[in-house]
Amino acid sequence: MPHPIIAVEDVSKTYDGFKAITNLTFYLYEGELRTVIGPNGAGKSTFFDLISGRAKPDQGKIDFGAETAASHDLTALNEYEINRLGIGRKFQTPSVYSEHTVWDNLVLSLKGPRGVFASLLRRLSSTERDRLDEILKLIRLDAKRPWKAGLLAHGEKQWLEIGMLLAQDPKVLLVDEPAAGMTDDETHRTGELLLSLAGKHSLIVVEHDMGFVKQIARDGQVTVLHQGTVLCEGKFDDVQADPKVREVYLGRGKHGTR
Amino acid sequence: MSLLAPRTLSPTRSRVEVIAVGVIAVGLIIVLPLLNSAEVISNFHLNLWGKYLCYALLAISVDLLWGYTGLLSLGQALFFALGGYMHGMYLMRMIGDLGQHKKPIPDFLVFLGWTELPAFWIPFSSFSFAFAMVLLIPGIIAYVFGFLAFRSRIKGVYFSILTQALTYGTSLMFFRNNLLMGGNNGFTDFKFILGYDLLSPVTQRGLFVITALVLVATYVGCRWLSRTKFGLVQQAIRDGENRVLFSGYATAHYKLFVFVLAALIASIGGALYVPQVGIINPSEMTPEKSLEAVVWVAVGGRGTLVGPILGAISINALKSYATRAFPDLWLIILGGLFVFMVLFLPGGIVSIPGRLKAIWQKMRGTRPPPPDSSTRPAIPLRSEPEVVTSKS
Repeated sequence: MPHPIIAVEDVSKTYDGFKAITNLTFYLYEGELRTVIGPNGAGKSTFFDLISGRAKPDQGKIDFGAETAASHDLTALNEYEINRLGIGRKFQTPSVYSEHTVWDNLVLSLKGPRGVFASLLRRLSSTERDRLDEILKLIRLDAKRPWKAGLLAHGEKQWLEIGMLLAQDPKVLLVDEPAAGMTDDETHRTGELLLSLAGKHSLIVVEHDMGFVKQIARDGQVTVLHQGTVLCEGKFDDVQADPKVREVYLGRGKHGTR
Repeated sequence: MSLLAPRTLSPTRSRVEVIAVGVIAVGLIIVLPLLNSAEVISNFHLNLWGKYLCYALLAISVDLLWGYTGLLSLGQALFFALGGYMHGMYLMRMIGDLGQHKKPIPDFLVFLGWTELPAFWIPFSSFSFAFAMVLLIPGIIAYVFGFLAFRSRIKGVYFSILTQALTYGTSLMFFRNNLLMGGNNGFTDFKFILGYDLLSPVTQRGLFVITALVLVATYVGCRWLSRTKFGLVQQAIRDGENRVLFSGYATAHYKLFVFVLAALIASIGGALYVPQVGIINPSEMTPEKSLEAVVWVAVGGRGTLVGPILGAISINALKSYATRAFPDLWLIILGGLFVFMVLFLPGGIVSIPGRLKAIWQKMRGTRPPPPDSSTRPAIPLRSEPEVVTSKS
């Protein structure tokens, strides 16, 4: 059994009486690509908020730890401390720095010291430049490096944000709806890219597009969230065939969403 | 020049900028004072320009926060006034016993019934001590205020209101006589600085040259800063603080650094202002003064370094003229100008050449160049929606 890199145990989170997450338990193993699906309001984004430090759970444990390194209690850390441990996040709506060039967006994300005084004297090494060039080619924005990111098309912004995530070289990538607003071809390429990252990195991908989920899940695990807790977990085909999942998605049961 | 890049400013463009800044610097530091000593420019006008340059320092400090970091401080004149007060204390001591009461302590203290100097006034007889306080007092206040505000993640309009409350509260304190800082009359009647006669044209010319040097150095320093990685982070905080936070940067530390730096620039501006204008009183730290500085930046063009300087000089030149020519209409002119700029020229004065160029190209029917940041405009006044992140 591989080592869990992220262990979420019995976590609950309430916003003004609304139970966003209830007794959720979830393990992500090293090198795994996990797909998380669920209807609107199932708690997917809150789930990411809890792991990345944007929200604190009311109860429960969230631990991060590679097999070879000490484990960290993520509930005691804030956003940037969690990021520095090696957990990167891509937001649902592409969040790039619109007034910065594509290149500068990547420079800002590049792995390295993050302190105020380090940033005053920081220069890129040639290895780092090569690394950024490589990422630019991979995300196919090589020709647009001097463009302001705000001028990119929606799909290109998504790719840029993925590139920014790659530049950070995190151990765990939290990817929220990477294919939103992309053409079929772009979606497919995004899937290929995410698949190529698995193994070296561990990924959690939240997605709505079932074709895309099928592509990236392959025979890995899919987690279905519903009303803030895990409804079921399993291979894509099994999950798809599960009557409980069909119920929440197709709205036959009393808890169903449209 | 940044080495982070392939930068997008073309070499010819930055060469033009270096030449332009060089010419203006030489003009301010050498030509204007020479013309003054040749009596082409009157002492009155040189002194007026000295005042404008001090205001330009205040404007840069506002823009460093507002234009570059997205922190709208409505209390920046506080630091300007504090710098002025710290330097003013030294100048008050240099009056010696030449005041109206012919006593070795400042007149207002004699008036309040003091016969000897209060303890905290004693070290201000030393210029170096006063100079250190010009940096330390505003620096410490900015650090403590910034630390608390940024740690609690106070931002947007709440931050602006707090800065305004800070300057307002401090001004109320300085209006009180028992603070022993001159009450509502403040400090005036200065006579000497470092042994030189403050009222002589030569001393005033020297002060002007120093002010111009400080302004040019501040410009160059901020220019350098904006092109380091620090500058990139700073501007990223303005456009999407969440993303910066989730990229591993402690944004509060960056904001604190900028806030303290801006306070120091404003304070030095104030310290240079007082000996040239000859008076400092608590009205310099009322909220209106800070708001005025924000208008200078908006009119000049925020998010650029040239903009605030242009704005501070042009609005104050206009003010000097209009308050003499139409004293009753000045505030209406200022308000009208602000509304006009927001509606029709949100990029400020600095965006005029770019706009003219665009119109010219349109008339000739040529296509504009591809949209990269070599045609980087100033940030418009209207704020863009912040990068919204999802919430299920």
